[in-house]
Amino acid sequence: MTTMKTTAKTATQNACKLCNPLGACLAFRGIENSVPFLHGSQGCATYIRRYLISHYKEPIDIASSNFNEETAVFGGSHNLKLGLKNVTQQYKPAVIGIATTCLSETIGDDVPMILKEYRAIMGDAPLPIMIFASTPSYQGSHMEGFHAAVRATVKTLAEKGPKSDVVNLFPGMISPSDIRYMKEIMGDFGIPFVLLPDYSQTLDGGPWAEYHTIPPGGTTTSAISSTGSATASIEFGSTLEAAKSAAGYLEEKFGVPRHSMALPIGIKATDEFFATLERLSGTPMPEKHLDERRRLVDAYSDGHKYVFGRRVIVYGEEDLVISMAAFLHEIGVVPVLCASGGKSGQMKKRLLERIPGMDELGITTREGVDFVDIENEAETLKPDFLIGNSKGFTMSKKHELPLVRIGFPIHDRFGGQRLHHLGYRGTQELFDRIVNTVIEQRQNSSHIGYTYM
Amino acid sequence: MEAKFHFPDPSVIKEELINKYPAKVAKKRGKSIVINDPETVPEVQANVRTVPGIITQRGCSYAGCKGVVLGPTRDIVNIVHGPIGCSFYAWLTRRNQTRPETPTDENYITYCFSTDMQEENVVFGGEKKLKVAIQEAYDLFHPKSIAIFSTCPVGLIGDDVHAASREMKEKLGDCNVFGFSCEGYRGVSQSAGHHIANNGVFKHMVGRNNAPVEGKFKLNLLGEYNIGGDAFEIERIFEKCGITLVASFSGNSTVGAIENSHMADLNVILCHRSINYMGDMMETKYGIPWMKVNFVGAESSAKSLRKIAEYFGDAGLKARVEEVIAEEMPKVKAIIDEIRPRTEGKTAMLFVGGSRAHHYQDLFSELGMTTVAAGYEFAHRDDYEGREVLPNIKIDADSKNIEELKVTPDPELYNPRKTEAELEELKSKGLEINGYQGMMKQMEKRSLVIDDVSHYESEKLIELYKPDIFCAGIKEKYVVQKMGVPLKQLHSYDYGGPYTGFEGAVNFYKDIDRMVNNPVWKLIKAPWEKEAGSLEASYVTQ
Repeated sequence: MTTMKTTAKTATQNACKLCNPLGACLAFRGIENSVPFLHGSQGCATYIRRYLISHYKEPIDIASSNFNEETAVFGGSHNLKLGLKNVTQQYKPAVIGIATTCLSETIGDDVPMILKEYRAIMGDAPLPIMIFASTPSYQGSHMEGFHAAVRATVKTLAEKGPKSDVVNLFPGMISPSDIRYMKEIMGDFGIPFVLLPDYSQTLDGGPWAEYHTIPPGGTTTSAISSTGSATASIEFGSTLEAAKSAAGYLEEKFGVPRHSMALPIGIKATDEFFATLERLSGTPMPEKHLDERRRLVDAYSDGHKYVFGRRVIVYGEEDLVISMAAFLHEIGVVPVLCASGGKSGQMKKRLLERIPGMDELGITTREGVDFVDIENEAETLKPDFLIGNSKGFTMSKKHELPLVRIGFPIHDRFGGQRLHHLGYRGTQELFDRIVNTVIEQRQNSSHIGYTYM
Repeated sequence: MEAKFHFPDPSVIKEELINKYPAKVAKKRGKSIVINDPETVPEVQANVRTVPGIITQRGCSYAGCKGVVLGPTRDIVNIVHGPIGCSFYAWLTRRNQTRPETPTDENYITYCFSTDMQEENVVFGGEKKLKVAIQEAYDLFHPKSIAIFSTCPVGLIGDDVHAASREMKEKLGDCNVFGFSCEGYRGVSQSAGHHIANNGVFKHMVGRNNAPVEGKFKLNLLGEYNIGGDAFEIERIFEKCGITLVASFSGNSTVGAIENSHMADLNVILCHRSINYMGDMMETKYGIPWMKVNFVGAESSAKSLRKIAEYFGDAGLKARVEEVIAEEMPKVKAIIDEIRPRTEGKTAMLFVGGSRAHHYQDLFSELGMTTVAAGYEFAHRDDYEGREVLPNIKIDADSKNIEELKVTPDPELYNPRKTEAELEELKSKGLEINGYQGMMKQMEKRSLVIDDVSHYESEKLIELYKPDIFCAGIKEKYVVQKMGVPLKQLHSYDYGGPYTGFEGAVNFYKDIDRMVNNPVWKLIKAPWEKEAGSLEASYVTQ
């Protein structure tokens, strides 16, 4: 086994994915007045809080049922009920978003049954809405947990009703800045909409005049209820299957048409998104966005010569990587490796739809990889730079490859929560950063240096 | 210490903190919130399990074992046996620094190795996958040691990591493989993991190499994890003084040094909570006394060096230590003189760790600042009240499950470095030999001591005391700053540090000055926001 020299085949070295319950906690943070709750050891809640906070730089409370050895042996029913009671008393939440961990899943706790018992015990006492998502960390990655939580939320709250002109937008795991921008676009089209989950304020808000047990912001429960009577759903995510998604559930249960599309990064993908909005609203693209598009095209023509033909490795969540690769291809950068720790089995297929000639262009994809795999690929692929989250830093330093930080987690730079990735605006921001990365590298490596372009 | 701060009535504050809780919770919390009296230290309820649903800052046993104690040793390959999250979340998050002697020396700290358990491993068992992972790690790196850490599902599905480790150790021949049963549900907090780690390191590493160590004054540094380079500064000072550091547990350490550590003549302990077990066990088995020291704070560092010199009882060392202090202090003094007028009289709160909330009070008093309230996240009563309370600590079910190793003197290697009489004499000179006074005797009368402070309580404390700075970790950082109070992270130092020794003290003074006197706090409240009832933040601008 020659590859054994550098890569472990069974173990995962320097993972390129996070765990299932983390995604669920993040999604639950995007519901107004809600508290995420992990059914398992307190360590999971602490680690996940610690991790999310290091990216978003905002307080994030996650409750836990605090398993001890006895609970682990005899089941977590008592702890879960007690925990729910205490959270309800302390936080007075409208919603408690409960996600499981590998511990409670391994011992086989039947959470829906426990919740039923809890409701019966509590009798007439007003209870918060309890949403449950099964998120064992030994399955999938944080993306599965995120989508499971969004789907569970809609499943719990969406109601049948007379058709409205509301459009649901399920954007997936995007930055608070991107969420604000999506809301702005929907507003500019004059479309009544429900965006879920909306953590744009809960995870990127201002100072507090008074202490809040739960940060202000988030999608309201009444808005979520109305998703069942919406006119359509738009859902981002190239590899997200209808059977696992919120829009998929709404289509199946209430006949709300599901418009599934790639994360709108780059001009082509964003055009598709705007075209869908034009169709759904019957309104042409507002001038403001046409203008942003024109500026982006102008920037492409001004900056093309710096980036064309550059080779890059892009890594992260599958959906982000696919959309980034399509955008990079659009500007003449070759994503020689599109890598993800996720394993949907669809990455290549979806990317082929965006870049039909990818094989001839030397664009490759790999699912289920870790950073050591990526590093090994880099040895032969010889990229000019890397695009992905902070976890690529070690590789970037070791091989002296610049790293353009995008997505999650970004915990070695400031402002990760405020980066734009989507639409004409986000693409513009990404394009500027990529061009400047190439220019900076050339400027620094030039013997004389230069100060004008 | 002269009181510079007028303390509000602590009993009123205590009442405010707990009156919103349901009766049962209030009763429980009341025992963990005490009004300090350094003369007659009151009892603090500590190391008891957090109530489900009360959001705590505490971590788990695995975090204490892998993240804290074993993580900083650079040439052990640490394999986390479990689903991916646990390994990912402990991947370099503690900011431990290490400095291999040459660029080609082994350093696995940047690696995050996991068996990445999948559903079929949970159903059919993961031992086979674990053994393959050990083999792979061995084939890749040929490390001296491989350590295995069990996460929650491992204990439940009955994987025997110890048997797997023994089998692989035998098979590999030249690699020391050992496991830790540090599943996250064990114990009350990360503290359980520290104990489990101490046991494992003592059983599987300490004493494996009896080669003599050169040097006249040989010691081990226990409970220093080299966050932000803290251990580097202490190493610099030791070297200057002519003190030989045999091994550090475990900042900037190596397997070789730890295996050889029983050749030292003294163990000095910084973080009492996480490593005191090791001190006790090495004393019993090898006859090496341990002594509590503190290298956080310039005065404290000088005092600790003097204690070490006193222990060795060598006139040359004592003289050299005085020379070093005389050389280092003027730089520190110059900075203090410049900064202290701006920090004098300000107040601090510290809720962090199992030792840091104590040690950092020294730095604040050097700045003329008063600690009005403090507490630990995962400490035990002895860290608050002093080790004399050890016989009276009630052992509950959670602590009972953590193994206490039965240690006896080594038939060949036991060699008491000091006689009982010598030790008593050193103690009478004020050296904390095999002892620790705890935090509360150093704190002022009427200050508040709170164990495992909750979110709600910290918010109330801020409102009532209006501290100039709050020290805790990243989980508290942003909520405190939202209220207009600067928070100093004492786990990862906000990417700052080192804060130990003389150079570290200077770094800390400057950082605190930048934070408490920062102009941004004046902007928290917009000019058009009403004076009253608007933002409690305005007081810090004073």
